[in-house]
Amino acid sequence: MNRSTHPLEAIAAWLLALLWLAPLAYAFWSAFHPAAYATSFSLSAPWTLENFGRAWSQAPFGRYYLNTILLVSMVLAGQLVLCTLAAYAFARFTFKGSSIAFGLVLMQLMIMPDVLIVENYRVIGWLGLLDTIPAIALPYMASAFGIFLLRQTFKSVPQELVDAARVEGAGPLTILWRVYIPLARPTYVAFALVSVSYHWNNFLWPLIVTNSVGSRPLTVGLAVFGAPETGVDWSIITAATVMTMAPLLIVFLLFQRQFVQSFMRAGIR
Amino acid sequence: MTSETAAIPGRAPRTHAWWNTVNAWLLLLPAAVLLAAFTHYPILATILHSLHITRRDGASVFVGMDNYRAMFEDGIFWKVLVNNLWFALGTIPTSIALALLMALWVNRNMRGRAFLRLAYFTPTVLPMIAVANIWLFFYTPDYGLLDQIRGLFGLPAWNWLGDPSTVMGCMIVMVVWKEAGFFMIFYLAALQQLSPDLEEAAAVEGASRWYIFRRITFPLLMPTTLFVAINAVINSFKLVDHLVIMTKGGPNNASSLLLYYIYEIAFTFHDTAYGATLTAALLVILCTVALVKFGYLDRRVHYQ
Repeated sequence: MNRSTHPLEAIAAWLLALLWLAPLAYAFWSAFHPAAYATSFSLSAPWTLENFGRAWSQAPFGRYYLNTILLVSMVLAGQLVLCTLAAYAFARFTFKGSSIAFGLVLMQLMIMPDVLIVENYRVIGWLGLLDTIPAIALPYMASAFGIFLLRQTFKSVPQELVDAARVEGAGPLTILWRVYIPLARPTYVAFALVSVSYHWNNFLWPLIVTNSVGSRPLTVGLAVFGAPETGVDWSIITAATVMTMAPLLIVFLLFQRQFVQSFMRAGIR
Repeated sequence: MTSETAAIPGRAPRTHAWWNTVNAWLLLLPAAVLLAAFTHYPILATILHSLHITRRDGASVFVGMDNYRAMFEDGIFWKVLVNNLWFALGTIPTSIALALLMALWVNRNMRGRAFLRLAYFTPTVLPMIAVANIWLFFYTPDYGLLDQIRGLFGLPAWNWLGDPSTVMGCMIVMVVWKEAGFFMIFYLAALQQLSPDLEEAAAVEGASRWYIFRRITFPLLMPTTLFVAINAVINSFKLVDHLVIMTKGGPNNASSLLLYYIYEIAFTFHDTAYGATLTAALLVILCTVALVKFGYLDRRVHYQ
């Protein structure tokens, strides 16, 4: 496809890109300028970090960051262990009930925990976990998406490598650890990026099960902080919004190629 | 043939199969427990609870189909269902068309294509709740961005989110912005796997670019389009975060969606029985989508 692009098309592509970046650019403008300039654009407007300082001091964003980081790591760690074991079972064992079990797993691709909020709240209540970080994490740990993705990858591992390891006397778990997991590394990276960005951004379920500063992730903290009833200044809310997005956005900008390829890999399946 | 007569390198076949099954189920166990607790049991419990009501003293009483009858007579239920339909119709075709356009552009040897890809994809990594905060400002009456632009043309202020006639449109525009870049990725992946031969052959024959797209590229991308469309339909029933910040489903439920209504009923009005009934309705919808997907679209994909 070396044919040149029509200039009009190139202009349209660039206009769309600028339009797509505009809301974000606006958020940054408003966050880094005094409140007086939130709605009027002037090149001479002074830059300031004051909005961030005030947002930080008006709500426990430090704690929210910690909660989100704990949440994201807990979900990811749980998913990696559970999905690896389950995917291994589906990919390399022929056993009774495997197709029914796999069907039951795939069900979660269609009916995600996100829509089962009413009953999941009840289950978490029984477990006595309401208003804790594990309560947010638990429903997502056995990820059907992760199991499916890893199973596909494990199935492509050459049988000769497995046989070679077996000849050397390796048991099933050793084979998993020495052969399968190292070969599935790109899939793990892809899954981890998708999982982390999903749970960093997740909102409705955490909003429902958390009720205090000690367990609230950033997204819920931001919603509580920015609620219209609180009457907080617009610029300060934008600063808080930028703080919420920033870590993921920075990671995305740094590992852009990796990110896009991971989403692609996860998408093709 | 008894198992004793089986040759001894290794175990007897039957024992081997049995051992395999035990091992496999042990590996599955942790995931199975959590899946059962947070997917399968809740689905069954949803159906069970939708057939009961909770009396004021906390006792649960079986009421048969009463909750469903109430649901079918609930004007708000129909309202949010219709809203969901409009929301899906408004967001899905537009974001898919835009995604395809973006992917075609980014896939070209165009100057600055890395930047373009970055720009299109960025909204995907932002939390919906942050997106809602930013767009809320655009839609604010009087001093919001949209009204400032209207002001330039001498038009009066308009309460974009406060008026039932514009609120859904506002939501749709925002969600298209958020999702198009995500769908672009799937098209991009598909485009990179297409063989350039066909297009080159057609170009040699002097076919116009539009003709090539219409007769070659687009048909070849059909599986991707269907895959994206299914995902978009599921997403349109899941995406409600922005409502919590922007409208709370208002004005007069004009922007409310089914999942948001479930959230309101169960967690604001604490009517879990009716919440379960509404969830059951949502499950029926998602199962229908699943049947379409697995029964019709996925026949060529091998799951075993």
